[in-house]
Amino acid sequence: MASLPTAAVKHTSPETMPPATAPATAQAGHAATRTAGATAADVRRVADAVRRRVLDYTLQNNGGYLSQACSSAELLATLYLRVLRLGPSTAPLVPRPFAGVPGAGNPEAFTGADYNGPRDPALDRFIFSPVHYALVLYSLLIELGRLGPDGLEAFNQDGSTVELIGAEHSPGHEVTAGSLGQALSQAGGIALARRLKGERGRVWVFMSDGELQEGQTWEAFAALAHHRIGNLGVYIDANAQQCDGAMADTMTIEPLAGRLRAFGAEVHEVDGHDSDALAAPAADFGGGDRPLAVIARTDPCRGVELMRARAPRLHYLRFKSDAELQAYAALLATLDAEARA
Amino acid sequence: MIETVTRPHRAHLVRWAAQRPEVLVLSADLTASCEADLFRDTYPGRFFSLGMAEQNMMGFAAGLAREGFFPYVHTFAVFITRRPFDQVAMAIGYPSLPVRLVGFLPGLTTPGGVTHQAIDDVGLMRLIPNMTVLEAGDATEVTSVLDVAQAVDGPVYIRQLRGEVPRLFPADAPMRLGRARVLAGGDDLCVVSSGICTEEALRATAALRAKGLGVRHLHVSTLKPFDDPAVLDALAGVRLGVITMENHSVIGGLGDAVAALMTKHGVGGRLRRLGLQDTYAHGAGKAYLLREYGLDAAALVRAAETLAGARLDIDDSDLAAVRMGTLTAAEKTEDL
Ligand SMILES: Cc1ncc(C[n+]2csc(CCOP(=O)(O)OP(=O)(O)O)c2C)c(N)n1
Repeated sequence: MASLPTAAVKHTSPETMPPATAPATAQAGHAATRTAGATAADVRRVADAVRRRVLDYTLQNNGGYLSQACSSAELLATLYLRVLRLGPSTAPLVPRPFAGVPGAGNPEAFTGADYNGPRDPALDRFIFSPVHYALVLYSLLIELGRLGPDGLEAFNQDGSTVELIGAEHSPGHEVTAGSLGQALSQAGGIALARRLKGERGRVWVFMSDGELQEGQTWEAFAALAHHRIGNLGVYIDANAQQCDGAMADTMTIEPLAGRLRAFGAEVHEVDGHDSDALAAPAADFGGGDRPLAVIARTDPCRGVELMRARAPRLHYLRFKSDAELQAYAALLATLDAEARA
Repeated sequence: MIETVTRPHRAHLVRWAAQRPEVLVLSADLTASCEADLFRDTYPGRFFSLGMAEQNMMGFAAGLAREGFFPYVHTFAVFITRRPFDQVAMAIGYPSLPVRLVGFLPGLTTPGGVTHQAIDDVGLMRLIPNMTVLEAGDATEVTSVLDVAQAVDGPVYIRQLRGEVPRLFPADAPMRLGRARVLAGGDDLCVVSSGICTEEALRATAALRAKGLGVRHLHVSTLKPFDDPAVLDALAGVRLGVITMENHSVIGGLGDAVAALMTKHGVGGRLRRLGLQDTYAHGAGKAYLLREYGLDAAALVRAAETLAGARLDIDDSDLAAVRMGTLTAAEKTEDL
């Protein structure tokens, strides 16, 4: 793995702000400038590094969720660098081992939300829903310095919280969302509670497009609109892929923008690899009475053209031969060299 | 070393359905992960993709069954038994429709963590009146379970295995409804196991026998109805007691079924239920989890020691000697 090109970004990211000033900054309320000038170029650098790291671990494990990194790298990097108002991580750089399941008898249980900073009335919350994207989030947290550079040593290891499919104890995760299509409702409850408590911070949810097939997602949107929840925004990685292949062949969710609008959301449809386009709808969002839904149209092979040969089944990459593995390894070497140059 | 069979369900389903045009497959975006992809490709007109929307899928299955078809619903066990529980109970269970629910990744056989581990599916399905509950324990049962299910007049839940599956029972000794397999006789202990636990139990019972204990061992594949006279016979008249072993919570599954049978008939002595002790689990490899949650051969030895009230001096190397070795590294990063 090439050394991380994070330094250039770090000085503009929320990590470097002392916790005390973070809420004050948030108070200013300019979402797009929340991270003091992180740009599309910063997002690109981080997103490329995320892709490389996920590719690296896919090679090491002889398989993995690589297409998810390709489609969502800019989206997640934009969220962390340009949209979310977060304080610095309060979690350890080296991920904690599994400490048992939650329960009255287990005070040791924790969630991975502290990687997203402290809870504060003025700060945002981030709810990560399609948790098979976990490796993408872990990799992003590393690029942002929220997780240590060796944070993935525990990835998919016995007794670790850095799980293949994230759960609420996993870094950056706050709810247990692996039964997909359940997190948005929970985020709705959090958003409603924050409104009841008079908190200014917003709630952001990252979803995959497959989750829009679950009826519960639509029940959630109906309830968000009915209760005029205007402090919750959803970003959807619309990569048009799911386990069985193309969503259009499995169970279409289109016309998605029209459906979401009909359910009462403020809808934006953007190029999911264009950071400026992704960040724009979130600017100043939060004071209204409708949820925000940003449909990020993405390419599941972006940055890894090799993978196109495997279409339409891109959901989980397992190398079919040593020659194929070598081709991906060669790509990683090239990408690493380009990043160093 | 025992034989393992690669993806026995995948090809068998296609062969088996060839002369049964009324058999359909419904899938919720896990078609290849549930080994239904060959059926889809072979009989595209009998395969229906319902997307990742399990509650709706159960309603479609019910409607098809009302019209005379036999829908074989394929998805992971958790997504059959948890989210659409109400739909299964009301749309399928109550009208007693011949829907066959084929649930994969039982218990701790997935590294996918708590959301993918079906540790309560047997209990949930046993709770539904009219429902028959079957569990495959080896390659022979993975294939023969379809005949058993198809002969049932009413809904059936099949706890199914995928991938590399060991063959513990002869290919010409198929699963039979309501009939346990008696694997060994003995008068000191009675071990009743189901699913993947039978393989672990075989390792332990061999070691226990080597220490002079008489262990009778039964493998159960029909979890409901639970009225096999051979099981009742086996539970009665053992000197030290009974041990159940299941890849599931000890609540609602095999252990509870055995307990109910014992108390109903006033037979047997003490009972130790091995399984998840009313806890959720987490994501990790199968061998690690079986050890952590007391579902491996060593746990069975400990339970036997408790009932015997004595140390048996069996250590890991004794158990390793009868290791059957079917865990593959690939399972750790399995396609979920
Ligand atoms: C309720 C539920 N049903 C099924 C699954 C299994 N599953 C995991 S990912 C996935 C595909 C969902 O589509 P999406 O997240 O859009 O896929 P991707 O873009 O990552 O290929 C499915 C069906 C699940 N996790 N939860």
